[in-house]
Amino acid sequence: MNIFVCVKQVMARDSVIRLDEGATWVRDDGLTFEMNEPDTYALEEALRLKEKHGGEVVAVTAGPARSASTIREALAKGADRGIHIEDDRFVEADTHSTASALAAAIGREDHDLVLTGLQSDDSGFGQTGVILAEKLGLPHATIIMEIDASGSQLRCKRELEAGWFQTVTLPQPALLTIQSGINKVRYATLMGIKRARRKPLQRYSTDELGVDITAQQVVRRLYQPQQAKQTVFLEGGSREVAEELLNKLRFEARVI
Amino acid sequence: MSILLVTEQQGGKWHRMSFEALAAAQAAAMGLDCPLVAAVVGSGVGELASELANKRVSEVAVLDSPALAEYSPDGFAAALRQAVEQTQPRVVLFPHTYQVRDLVPKLAASLGGCFVSDVVDMRFEGGEPIFVRQLFQGKLHADISACGEPPHFVSVQSGAYRADAVVESDTPAPISNVSLSLDTSAIRSRSEAPYQDAKDAVDLSAAKIIVSVGRGIQDPENIPQAEALAKALGGELAASRPICDNGWLPLERQIGSSGQTVAPNLYLALGISGAIQHVVGMKGAKTIVAINKDSGAPIFEIADYGIVADLFDVVPKLIEALGESN
Repeated sequence: MNIFVCVKQVMARDSVIRLDEGATWVRDDGLTFEMNEPDTYALEEALRLKEKHGGEVVAVTAGPARSASTIREALAKGADRGIHIEDDRFVEADTHSTASALAAAIGREDHDLVLTGLQSDDSGFGQTGVILAEKLGLPHATIIMEIDASGSQLRCKRELEAGWFQTVTLPQPALLTIQSGINKVRYATLMGIKRARRKPLQRYSTDELGVDITAQQVVRRLYQPQQAKQTVFLEGGSREVAEELLNKLRFEARVI
Repeated sequence: MSILLVTEQQGGKWHRMSFEALAAAQAAAMGLDCPLVAAVVGSGVGELASELANKRVSEVAVLDSPALAEYSPDGFAAALRQAVEQTQPRVVLFPHTYQVRDLVPKLAASLGGCFVSDVVDMRFEGGEPIFVRQLFQGKLHADISACGEPPHFVSVQSGAYRADAVVESDTPAPISNVSLSLDTSAIRSRSEAPYQDAKDAVDLSAAKIIVSVGRGIQDPENIPQAEALAKALGGELAASRPICDNGWLPLERQIGSSGQTVAPNLYLALGISGAIQHVVGMKGAKTIVAINKDSGAPIFEIADYGIVADLFDVVPKLIEALGESN
C-alpha cells in the first residue's frame, strides 16, 4: 500500500499570539512550531496500516523552510520518505492553494491511500483533505474513526454528529480525513530520530510543480473577539476566590 | 444574482441548523439586496419544500431524486453543481454540519469557487459581504473577503444565527424543481445506516450542574479531583474532546459537536480552552464558570465568572469550602 499522509506545521498550542503589523496574520518570531495535532493521528494511522499491509508511508507538507522539521519528525516516527513543497506563502495560503500544491506532488506518484488530519489547529478551515481528493480525482470520506483495508474496498467508520456513526465503503485509491483520537500516537525513538537523517526528503518549489498560489479568500483583518458576555473575573488567593465564587453562584446566579 | 441557501434534512426531518442558516441567508439577502432561493435536497422532500415556502424566500428549489435518498459526496456534489449552474447565485449558504464539511469543499473546488467555512457573522459593506470566522482555536477573529468569480460558498456555524429569527411570509413562495441528471454509477462511496455505539447511557443533558475538564487537567490521575468537585456540587462530570480521545474519560461524557449538547444551570469549565467544537455543546448553559491559567483562553469570552488561576490551586479550596458549608 502506497500511503501518503499530509502534515502541516502549526504554532505550538500554548503560543502567545501577537498580530503582525498589518493585523492580517500573526507574528512568527519567537514562536515554536509543531506538527498539527490532528495530523499526528493521520500519520499514526498510516504507520499502522503499513505495519499491517506493507508498503510505504510518505509524509508530505506544503510550508515554509521551517516545516522541514515537521517532515523530519514524521520520518523519525517511521515514515519512509518525505516531500516538502517549500514556499513562504503557504503560511497564509488558503486551503485551495495548499491542496493544489499537495495534489501536484502526490499526483506524480502511485498512491493507494491519502490521509490527512481533520483540520488544522491554526486556520481550522477543515477543507484541505476534501479539496485534495477532488483535485486528485479520488473518492473521499471524512472524520474517520476506523479503517479496514483488508478487502478490495476500504471499509471505514465515519463519525456523524451527536454520537452517531456510519460505515462507509469506498474503492481505492481514496482519501480519508482522520478524526483525532482514532489511535494512540507513538513517540519518535532515539533510533528513529537517527534513522530519519538518512531517509530521503524531496524538496519542490511551487514553480517546479507549476502551482498557482492565488488566494481565493483573504484575511482583511485579525482582531480579538468581542466578549459575548460581561465576564466577572474573581481575583485573590485561592481560598478567597473559591469562597467568592460559591457566594456568587449561591446568591447572584442562584444556581447552587 | 441571488443567494442560494442549501438546507439539510435526513429522512424527511430537518437538520436543526437548517433554520439557523435560513436566518443567515435572509440577513444576507437583505444586506446584498438580492433574491433568496432556498433549496431542499433529498428524495421525496415535497412536504419540506412546502414548509420552506412559508418562510420569507423568493423561491424554493427542490432537488429531488432517488439518487439523493442517502448522502454521498459524489451524488450530492453532482446535484448541487447542476442547481448552481441553473441558479447562478452569488453566494451559496449552508449550515456548517458534518455533511457540509464532507461535501462543500469538493463542490466548491469542482466549480473553482472558494469556501469560507464555519462563519460566525457577516457584514455588508458597500454591497460586498465580509465574513467573520474564528482562527487559532477561537483566540482571534478574522474578517474574510472572498476573491475571484462567484459563486462563493459559505457555511454558518451552529448557534451563530438564531432559528427563531427566521422571517415568515404571508404568501407562499413559488416552488420549482431543479431538473437533475444524475448517474448513480458515478457514486463511488456507499454509506450504511447510521448507528450509535452501545454504551452506558449517561444523559448529561438532564444534569443541572456539570463540572467539565479539558487539557488543563494534565494527567488522568488528576481526574478524581474534578470528580470530587462534581460530587460536592451534586453535579455530573464531563469533558472536552481531547480528554476522551486520550481515554481518560469515556466518550459518552464528551461535550461538544461530536458529543452531547447540554444546557445546565451551572457549567464549570476546568482547564478548558474553549475551542468552538466544545463551545457549541455548552454555550446554552445558564451560568458558565471558567477556571484557566491562560487569560487569553476563548472560554472566558462566554464565561459569566472567570478565574485566571491554576485549577489545582482553586479546585481543592472549592471542595473544602463546599464541605464546610454543608
